[in-house]
Amino acid sequence: MTSELDIFVGNTTLIDEDVYRLWLDGYSVNDAVALRVRSGILEQTGATAGVLQSDTMDHYRTFHMLERLLHAPPKLLHQLIFQIPPSRQALLIERYYTFDEAFVREVLGKKLSKGTKKDLDDISAKTGITLKSCRRQFDNFKRVFKVVEEMRGSLVDNIQQHFLLSDRLARDYAAIVFFANNRFETGKKKLQYLSFGDFAFCAELMIQNWTLGAVDSQMDDMDVDLDKEFLQDLKELKVLVADKDLLDLHKSLVCAALRGKLGVFSEMETNFKNLSRGLVNVAAKLTHNKDVRDLFVDLVEKFVEPCRSDHWTLNDVRLFLNQYSASVHSLDGFRHQTLWDRYMGTLRGCLLRLYHD
Amino acid sequence: MPGKLKVKIVAGRHLPVMDRASDLTDAFVEVKFGNTTFKTDVYLKSLNPQWNSEWFKFEVDDEDLQDEPLQITVLDHDTYSANDAIGKVYIDIDPLLYSEAATVISGWFPIYDTIHGIRGEINVVVKVDLFNDLNRFRQSSCGVKFFCTTSIPKCYRAVVIHGFVEELVVNEDPEYQWIDRIRTPRASNEARQRLISLMSGELQRKIGLKVLEMRGNAVVGYLQCFDLEGESGLVVRAIGTACTLDKLSSPAAFLPACNSPSKEMKESPLVHPPSHGCRSTHNSPIHTATGSRLTQNFSVSVPTLIYTGMGSGSAGKEGGPFKALLRQQTQAALEQRGGSPHRFCRRREFPFLTLTAFPPGLLVHVGGVVSARSVKLLDRIHNPAFVGIMGNTRSYKLLDWNSFNSDEPETRDAWWAEIRQEIKSHAKALGCHAVVGYSESTSICEEVCILSASGTAAVLNPRFLQEGTVEGSLEQRIEENLPVGCGFCHIPYDELNMPFPAHLTYCYNCRKQKVPDVLFTTIDLPTDAVVVGKGCLIQARLCRLKKKAQAEANATAISNLLPFMEYEVHTQLMNKLKLKGMNALFGLRIQITVGENMLMGLASATGVYLAALPTPGGIQIAGKTPNDGSYEQHISHMQKRINDTIAKNKELYEINPPEVSEEIIGSPIPEPRQRSRLLRSQSESSDEVTELDLSHGKKDAFVLEIDDTDAMEDVHSLLTDVPPPSGFYSCNTEIMPGINNWTSEIQMFTSVRVVRLSSLNLTNQALNKNFNGLCENLLKSLYFKLRSMTPCCLCHVNFTVSLPEDELIQVTVTAVAITFDKNQALQTTKAHAEKTLQRASTDNDELLQFPLELCSDSLPAPAFPATKEHLESASSNSGTPAAQRAVTVEKASPMGDGNFRNRSAPPCASSTVGVVKMTPLSFIPGAKITKYLGIINMFFIRETTSLREEGGVSGFLHAFIAEVFAMVRAHVAALGGNAVVSYIMKQCVFMENPSKNQAQCLINVSGDAVVFVRESDLEAMSTQQSAVNCQTSCPGEVTT
Repeated sequence: MTSELDIFVGNTTLIDEDVYRLWLDGYSVNDAVALRVRSGILEQTGATAGVLQSDTMDHYRTFHMLERLLHAPPKLLHQLIFQIPPSRQALLIERYYTFDEAFVREVLGKKLSKGTKKDLDDISAKTGITLKSCRRQFDNFKRVFKVVEEMRGSLVDNIQQHFLLSDRLARDYAAIVFFANNRFETGKKKLQYLSFGDFAFCAELMIQNWTLGAVDSQMDDMDVDLDKEFLQDLKELKVLVADKDLLDLHKSLVCAALRGKLGVFSEMETNFKNLSRGLVNVAAKLTHNKDVRDLFVDLVEKFVEPCRSDHWTLNDVRLFLNQYSASVHSLDGFRHQTLWDRYMGTLRGCLLRLYHD
Repeated sequence: MPGKLKVKIVAGRHLPVMDRASDLTDAFVEVKFGNTTFKTDVYLKSLNPQWNSEWFKFEVDDEDLQDEPLQITVLDHDTYSANDAIGKVYIDIDPLLYSEAATVISGWFPIYDTIHGIRGEINVVVKVDLFNDLNRFRQSSCGVKFFCTTSIPKCYRAVVIHGFVEELVVNEDPEYQWIDRIRTPRASNEARQRLISLMSGELQRKIGLKVLEMRGNAVVGYLQCFDLEGESGLVVRAIGTACTLDKLSSPAAFLPACNSPSKEMKESPLVHPPSHGCRSTHNSPIHTATGSRLTQNFSVSVPTLIYTGMGSGSAGKEGGPFKALLRQQTQAALEQRGGSPHRFCRRREFPFLTLTAFPPGLLVHVGGVVSARSVKLLDRIHNPAFVGIMGNTRSYKLLDWNSFNSDEPETRDAWWAEIRQEIKSHAKALGCHAVVGYSESTSICEEVCILSASGTAAVLNPRFLQEGTVEGSLEQRIEENLPVGCGFCHIPYDELNMPFPAHLTYCYNCRKQKVPDVLFTTIDLPTDAVVVGKGCLIQARLCRLKKKAQAEANATAISNLLPFMEYEVHTQLMNKLKLKGMNALFGLRIQITVGENMLMGLASATGVYLAALPTPGGIQIAGKTPNDGSYEQHISHMQKRINDTIAKNKELYEINPPEVSEEIIGSPIPEPRQRSRLLRSQSESSDEVTELDLSHGKKDAFVLEIDDTDAMEDVHSLLTDVPPPSGFYSCNTEIMPGINNWTSEIQMFTSVRVVRLSSLNLTNQALNKNFNGLCENLLKSLYFKLRSMTPCCLCHVNFTVSLPEDELIQVTVTAVAITFDKNQALQTTKAHAEKTLQRASTDNDELLQFPLELCSDSLPAPAFPATKEHLESASSNSGTPAAQRAVTVEKASPMGDGNFRNRSAPPCASSTVGVVKMTPLSFIPGAKITKYLGIINMFFIRETTSLREEGGVSGFLHAFIAEVFAMVRAHVAALGGNAVVSYIMKQCVFMENPSKNQAQCLINVSGDAVVFVRESDLEAMSTQQSAVNCQTSCPGEVTT
């Protein structure tokens, strides 16, 4: 006696959260059944393996049918086929778009293209996440990217409106979209110590301050592209390190303010010019796409690593960066104060976040 | 031109992409009614078109309004080639035709295509302006209300119950017309959907006409079915109970305070004798099938199996004068209007009610289940109904056959009339003149068809039935003299001339009347019945192999098998009932399904322990070879297991009836054949069986003789039925006996399983085991799936078996899971039990006067406690005191309706779709139904030629059923409703051809669209309203 057909359809669609998770994690029905058996559900409920198999199949079929709708979450709310309470709808959507930290670190900043999709096998092997789950996560990134790429207005709002995600998740997606669009390099060995959260934090600061949307919130409100004009202007900051007098003055101002307050004062004093040169040169180079991509590599190489090798504490870094940014205002010969603030304000935030082991 | 239909097409959304190049669609809509078609403009390049059309107006007969569905087709405009159809919506406008139901249909409907399923949605507004037409000869029956609910709908009261109405219409099945060879599957499916829609409309109209003739205004318990007879055609048939209903405008009528005789009387219905108008319109004389070898009739009645030559005379020689009186009056009232019995017979009138629950006082006695089956060979349909249509200028595309001149007069009508006649005679034999909880069904395989009918023989209160009742005589109702809570159990038949061997005792409740040891019925448990403990679902399952054969040989083979199947199903039911320690079955439904090479029997019922009936004896096992020592041991081991199971079940279902001393009960009536023995000895001659007296004490024991391995298997299978896991109960009736405190969470579901039987040389035994396993596993799956709802009860569990192909068994289950409050439920049962005990004692007192009152025909106007108790028991069921509820309703109803409408039709911007509840029950727990919006009766076909791509058979059917639910919900929402009650999936025919990657499925569902308001909301609204009232009145005061 073999079962040809076995279905259960409720007027209210039944959603089993545990099975949903297994499905999202890309397990086959048989693997999912095995995992459920291991969870002790048979003992709890007195069910048989056959019942569990049938139940799992049913849920998988439902999820499969729902998946089409989950690709455009507002459709899930308006559709008539599945009667699902709003709280459950939200759960379905949120879980569907949730991604694995390990996975996102692998693709963050990469072009969301077919080429990357081909590498998913490797990523799956490396991270231990099933290929199916990798595909879903990748496709989610790509789908969100495609929808909001050309859209005006706040990136987070756009994502929230079109995908009905929670604020937290929408912000993460904004970071992913922003990184994918600007193709920031995040995969280098040097950057491995950084978490997705670190990058997302930086992305948020950059979106807020360095994009077109940051200056002009009406007409050409684009959150995904860096403000080209701003990047051009950053060249002007070069004077801070090119002009020897200005550099010396800057150094003396910082040193004067921090004397006695910094645990690593002497190291700072000797390294000041190198650090300043590093930070200003990063700014000056941002006109080239290639250098934009290497932003994080540069920041780590030019700033984080030297400080770390001298055993600066986070507090030392904070004090230094505050003083370093603020002192510029006292440089009489320097005319680009606003530009400097726009640049350094964001960079300071990023560097503080990036500075850890 | 008595009606104007107005349709407006507003917008579409989520349309499929029809133009690959642009990824968009150029959609327009065709609106068709009858032969008139309107079109909207083409809305270019959009998946969410906004047509905002003008009002399309159709001027039509009300007859057409009833028959025809409104047909809306969404198409993609194509400049160079033919326009592509996206899909269709059929809207039944019947609900707009009665004044109290919906006034407008407006909402989003899924656009449905038989090949692609749902493809987007369309927003439509439909209105009807009706002009009154007083033409006496009119063909329409607008205004007659239809209800699927098999009890008097909640916000109505029955003024008169007129009786049985039935009708059928036939046609050629488009799927089998020659044209089907050249048209596309889509065209053929659509032709079929359209035709069935048309036929159901026509059928409903005709039934309505009969109701009008009987001077009724509604049909309750309306059950419409399709017989897909293949080559020989398509039959749409319906049965129902004609009533005159009155809308309960003022809920004050429910107040217990208003129990003055005149008020109270209004609540109780009168059963009106059916006028001759209720007959089928086809007057062709019955040609009994006995003349033909092919059609052999079988009539097997439960609990009887020996019904040979039972004349109506037996019913005449009754013992008790009271019973005789009841019977005569019932008969007189139900059967004729001044006609002789002879005339009655010729007229074929049937005192049947499709109701399963009754207004208080109507049901007096229940005799038992009566059923009849007959095997027929299908041939082309020759139906006089056809002539009716032709003679009526309404000769649709409908009928096209030339076999008109055939001289064989046998018709589907005659077949059913024959069966009904048989049912009636069975009921008579049980001393009853009415049949309640009546239903009819068919099972078709190739050219063989089994027609089945079953119901519960009953005696109805003659006071309700009297003809020409005037107010004065109504007051003389004798209802109060009948003991409440046990009266229906008392035997209606003559104890000295019993139609079958039964063991009678004095009623354990009132101790005055005789009751049988077990009672089987097809109705719901009466609300006033006194029950001990909880009930449970009991099923008997059976398979019988049969040789493949053609035509006559096949019919004969089936005919020969049927009685054995009935017998075994009955035996199984009886054994399982005993095993549960219970003594009565309610909602019994026995389904016999015919397949190519087997017959399947599935009986479902809800077992209960009725306090009025004696405690069931145990089951005794007897071995065939008593000398064998090890065998003896084995037998005693089995016996122990059975006894343990009974004990365990008693505990599980809380069956602990109060101990009654023997002397009160009195000894059983001495009778030689009192002991009902079950002898499994079909193969041997009966005289081989040794008389065994294994009854312990005075209680009768069931004896199971184990004479072969077969029997052993049966006993084993008895013990393999596992009880539901803790926290779960199940029943197939409306409410679970013993559980009163429902909470509001409900989940209706449909589950379908198809299994392929593996081995080629199957035996009956293996087959039984497989089938049992299939049903048990299905139930286990349900319990597992719904585990998050515990404590809960699966109510109205409805199993349907079909045999779509050789070696394929399909089981479809529809039920509703309802949560309940465990703690409160316990309390109420306790309170209930106490109350019933008290009641029993008062009943005793009342009964002392009983014989005296009997003598006089004009009984004194009774005291009211009995009626009061009815009301109280009714209210305790829903948890709120009636008085309190009635008050809140009164306050809230005018406002409540308005409020509700606002909420159910939210502005389009609102993101979520309104929730529509579906339930097979006639009520919604924790809520009050405020309005019935009309009947939902929908038929869908879905076909695929890419089965694998759609996820195989499971994926295909899962999606289809989900779509059917969606379409039902959308229609209800468009009517302004928020629930479907008495929902039933009447048909789910699934066919597959995996090698061709094809599958097809037909589904027919029905139910009543309603508006309900949560009881908690009702209270909130009433307070709100008083606040509003205050506010509105305040400014007035200020200005003046």
